[in-house]
Amino acid sequence: MILDGRAPIGPIETQWERHCRDLKLINPANRRKYKIIVVGTGLAGASAAATLGELGYNVETFCYQDSPRRAHSVAAQGGINAAKNYTGDGDSVYRLFHDTVKGGDFRSREANVYRLAALSNNIIDQCVAQGVPFARDYAGYLENRSFGGAQVSRTFFAKGQTGQQLLLGAYSAMLRQIRAGNVRHHSRAEMLDIVLLEGEAKGIITRDMVTGEIRTHAADAVCLCTGGYANVYYLSTNAMGCNVTAAYRAYKKGAYFANPCYTQIHPTCIPVSGDYQSKLTLMSESLRNDGRVWVPIKKGDNRPAGEIPVVERDYYLERKYPAFGNLAPRDISSRSAKEVCDEGRGVGPGGRGVYLDFADSVRRLGENSVRQKYGNLFEMYERITGENAYAQPMRIYPAPHYTMGGLWVDYNLQSNIPGLFVLGEANFSDHGANRLGASALMQGLADGYFIIPHTIANYLAVSGPGKADLDNPEFAKAREDVNTFIAKILAIQGRRTANDFHAALGKIMWEHVGMSRSEKSLKTALRLIPELREQFWEDLKVPGGNADLNQELEKAGRVADFLDFAELMTRDALSRDESCGGHFREEHQTVEGEAVRDDETSSHVSAWEFRGGHEIPEMHKEPLVFENIKPAVRSYK
Amino acid sequence: MRSFFKNLVGQKILMAVSGLFMTLFLTAHLLGNMTIYTGGLNAYAEQLHALVPLVWISRISMLTLLLLHIYFAIKLTLENRDAKPVGYAVSKNIRSTFASRNMIWSGLAVAIFIIYHLLHLTVPAASGSVSLDSMGRPDISGMVVEGFQGGLVAVIYLVSLLGLLLHIIHGIQSSFQSLGLSGEDAAPVIHRAGIIVALVLSAGFLSIPLIIFVGIVKG
Amino acid sequence: MKLILFIWRQQGADDPGKLVRYDTSEISAEMSFLEMLDVVNEGLVKDGKEPIAFDHDCREGICGTCSQVINGVPHGPQERTTVCQLHMRQFKDGDKIYIEPWRARAFPIVKDLIVDRSSLERVMQAGGYISVHTGCAPDANSILIRREDAETAMDAAECIGCGACVAACPNGSAMLFTAAKVTQFASLPQGQTEAKHRVCMMTEVMKHEGFGSCTNHYECQAVCPKGLKTSFIARLNREFLKALDSPEMPESFSGGFLNRGNPSR
Repeated sequence: MILDGRAPIGPIETQWERHCRDLKLINPANRRKYKIIVVGTGLAGASAAATLGELGYNVETFCYQDSPRRAHSVAAQGGINAAKNYTGDGDSVYRLFHDTVKGGDFRSREANVYRLAALSNNIIDQCVAQGVPFARDYAGYLENRSFGGAQVSRTFFAKGQTGQQLLLGAYSAMLRQIRAGNVRHHSRAEMLDIVLLEGEAKGIITRDMVTGEIRTHAADAVCLCTGGYANVYYLSTNAMGCNVTAAYRAYKKGAYFANPCYTQIHPTCIPVSGDYQSKLTLMSESLRNDGRVWVPIKKGDNRPAGEIPVVERDYYLERKYPAFGNLAPRDISSRSAKEVCDEGRGVGPGGRGVYLDFADSVRRLGENSVRQKYGNLFEMYERITGENAYAQPMRIYPAPHYTMGGLWVDYNLQSNIPGLFVLGEANFSDHGANRLGASALMQGLADGYFIIPHTIANYLAVSGPGKADLDNPEFAKAREDVNTFIAKILAIQGRRTANDFHAALGKIMWEHVGMSRSEKSLKTALRLIPELREQFWEDLKVPGGNADLNQELEKAGRVADFLDFAELMTRDALSRDESCGGHFREEHQTVEGEAVRDDETSSHVSAWEFRGGHEIPEMHKEPLVFENIKPAVRSYK
Repeated sequence: MRSFFKNLVGQKILMAVSGLFMTLFLTAHLLGNMTIYTGGLNAYAEQLHALVPLVWISRISMLTLLLLHIYFAIKLTLENRDAKPVGYAVSKNIRSTFASRNMIWSGLAVAIFIIYHLLHLTVPAASGSVSLDSMGRPDISGMVVEGFQGGLVAVIYLVSLLGLLLHIIHGIQSSFQSLGLSGEDAAPVIHRAGIIVALVLSAGFLSIPLIIFVGIVKG
Repeated sequence: MKLILFIWRQQGADDPGKLVRYDTSEISAEMSFLEMLDVVNEGLVKDGKEPIAFDHDCREGICGTCSQVINGVPHGPQERTTVCQLHMRQFKDGDKIYIEPWRARAFPIVKDLIVDRSSLERVMQAGGYISVHTGCAPDANSILIRREDAETAMDAAECIGCGACVAACPNGSAMLFTAAKVTQFASLPQGQTEAKHRVCMMTEVMKHEGFGSCTNHYECQAVCPKGLKTSFIARLNREFLKALDSPEMPESFSGGFLNRGNPSR
């Protein structure tokens, strides 16, 4: 089937405005008759709940954390882009649009990206009014910095904690609506299924993570704001609880999963130190502004960094990409690091690491000014590794960080299931095959504050209020299915822990569906994943029962979904027979090892439809048409 | 205003204000007492008592402040204990001090002492049961010297003033904090100044019974 | 290295709970504290025992989920460090480590080391926001903010809401938490309109939720993983004094608007 993103036609500059004019509205007095469920309360979810509540809808929110303020949006460090052009360096909505489409390696939907760029300015206004303490200059104006290879300064930031501050802003707006009685929130509640009535999303099933109770919730529409799936790699910069369950179970109910193979591997993370490693920590990309990346020229050179003379060092990014050097985009830097480590030139335990050296900057600027700029990052590095990065180079290695793929949505952020809307990282729409720095926060907030309030009204006005009734047998059936699933997990009583399986899956994914993929590696993964899944359902051990707080049970459910999802992701990577953005196929590269895109055959979104059990899912294509920006080779040489 | 008394920040502000006024009173009291070293205590007492209305205003307001201070001290202490019903198996204090953790006990010591002190010196002086000195004034000085002859009295004063010392050491900086007067730069200064004031006050008061006890000042 | 752990185990809110001893070996100095507990838990699960329940999520010191009192100190011995960022090199072979949950009336224990911190949510609901409708904000640069004020606001806004301040406070007071939010908004021009209402309501709700009052022990500042300062509490007190004459001072507070129906779930 050929999918239609339903983007409005006509000049891109006025598409959204014209579209809003055509969308149906709901009378303020009638809005409270409509109930909207929002699952996940990070940037996208909290901002959506706040705005929908403010408009007068009856909103119910859910998160697995003990507070919405802990959603993993909180961990974003760098900043948020906006086309304000406050620095007067020639930025504009069009340029931000252009950079984002190009950064996404021409695999995103133009109309969505343009709207995102246009709304970016409203986000900054909104956040400042909410009291988000963005950095200011001495005259009291907002400060900007350049980020992630952009040629303009358009990134707004709040120290190194921009994500935290934006999330707290959205969270506070949501609390205001809780106080006003428009939003009812449930913490420690995990969504385990979605309920369809006559093909439309009208409710969800949740598990109360404290009492184990399985609850049904009916509504007129459901918004999934449940984040990305980078934890399919086990080790990632995501929080321990981040999972694909909500999205995957929606997929199993018929929602299409788009481009699952697009994952972003961030180049500057602290390397793995041992088998017990539970997660990876990101160091802000800004470090690459002053640090130089190198490895020894000789294989297996075990001398301490300081004893390796300059002539025996390979500053490989500067060598290969003289124009951008250490600031090359994320996918390119990550892949280069993997290459040199594969050659046996990696440093640190296990040889999975490269040096990020500040010695030259310390010499040039003095230790104090380096400390001023990056002091907190150096502190964090020392806390984790016990090493002083002023005296010896940092060791870094790439780590899974963000996932561009997600549930397929149209221009209205509605999935192919009517009434099911998907926002933020959980959808696939705006970043194409690679996300630029400082644009994830922008997308989450644009979706939640400014897009969903308009588009959801259009759906609700057509569908009418109060169609869902908890007495409908579909709810009882969905609850029964969830109960059966949990009972099945508890009944296995094997020997291995959920964590054990998760780690094993992560290893398969990292090795075969990681930074670079080949037909051979993907086919190996397609063999290994079902094997592991089989072992999981035979040998899993979950102690305790369902009737109270059981963290092992929570984990097991999520790992079960990751095991299924991993296969879908691999299948997508195999079917995408080109290299683009974060998806690098070894078969498609230039002699210098650069990615080669295939616009002839692959300029489309791959949206996968569940076919039941472990049947091969069916792929639907949404063709991508570029009317405004001509696809070109992405070169950072 | 009723709600001010009910709010826990309001209550802390009341504690701070009453505490600071009582500290001011103590300072004035100490300055007056110091006249014993110059032999002018009787003259000072006579002058003071010539201002009868002022003395009563001061007595009544001090009593009111004291009662308020005690009432809220007990109330807050009980509420705060209730807010932390279970402690830790291993406990460790980093910034809190012996003085800060024992305000209710040092306060209790001071409160008992005040009653004793009033009965011991103020009531006899006020009731006119004091003999007259050579100039026909009530011989407060003589009464004091006589009152401090026993070793037990000196010990009671010593212990009570130690309580006062602890109470004021925490009390002064705490009051400034509760009134919002201690910024980031000022806080350490206020902290140190508070300790100095506490030391000066306690040492000043303590000097009198001690010096009398060892016999330097005689009637 | 080998360690002797004493960990608080409590099946649920009504269970009395007790400290249980666990002997561990093969703990590496490079592990984080939570990875050490992961190892203990993996062992327990493989032996068919219930693992130790503890809260954690981002494991990079920013979400504020992790909450353990280690040898009497919330978040453990390293200054300005959450439990998840604490590494085992801070301990020696053979150390005895006591691990207990946050303790306060307002933080009832859910299970083992997990407590219910929804009381902090309700303090925030009382006024931890600036009321602005989505889409009606003026241009961001039309509100000028002195750099020092923006920095004060940012310092206060760093609070991660972990509740270590409450856990450390001998009075179980949430004053540093509350003061941080009051200070953030009091430092900004956007926050002025609701400033009086905010400070009154947040402190009222704080009491209503069973937190104690601040008697200036300053333990909170010592354990705060983000280094929040007690000068914020002085600021709150100042803001409260400013609100003295205002009609915003509530006569009595019944807890009416709070999201009580479903506190933590």
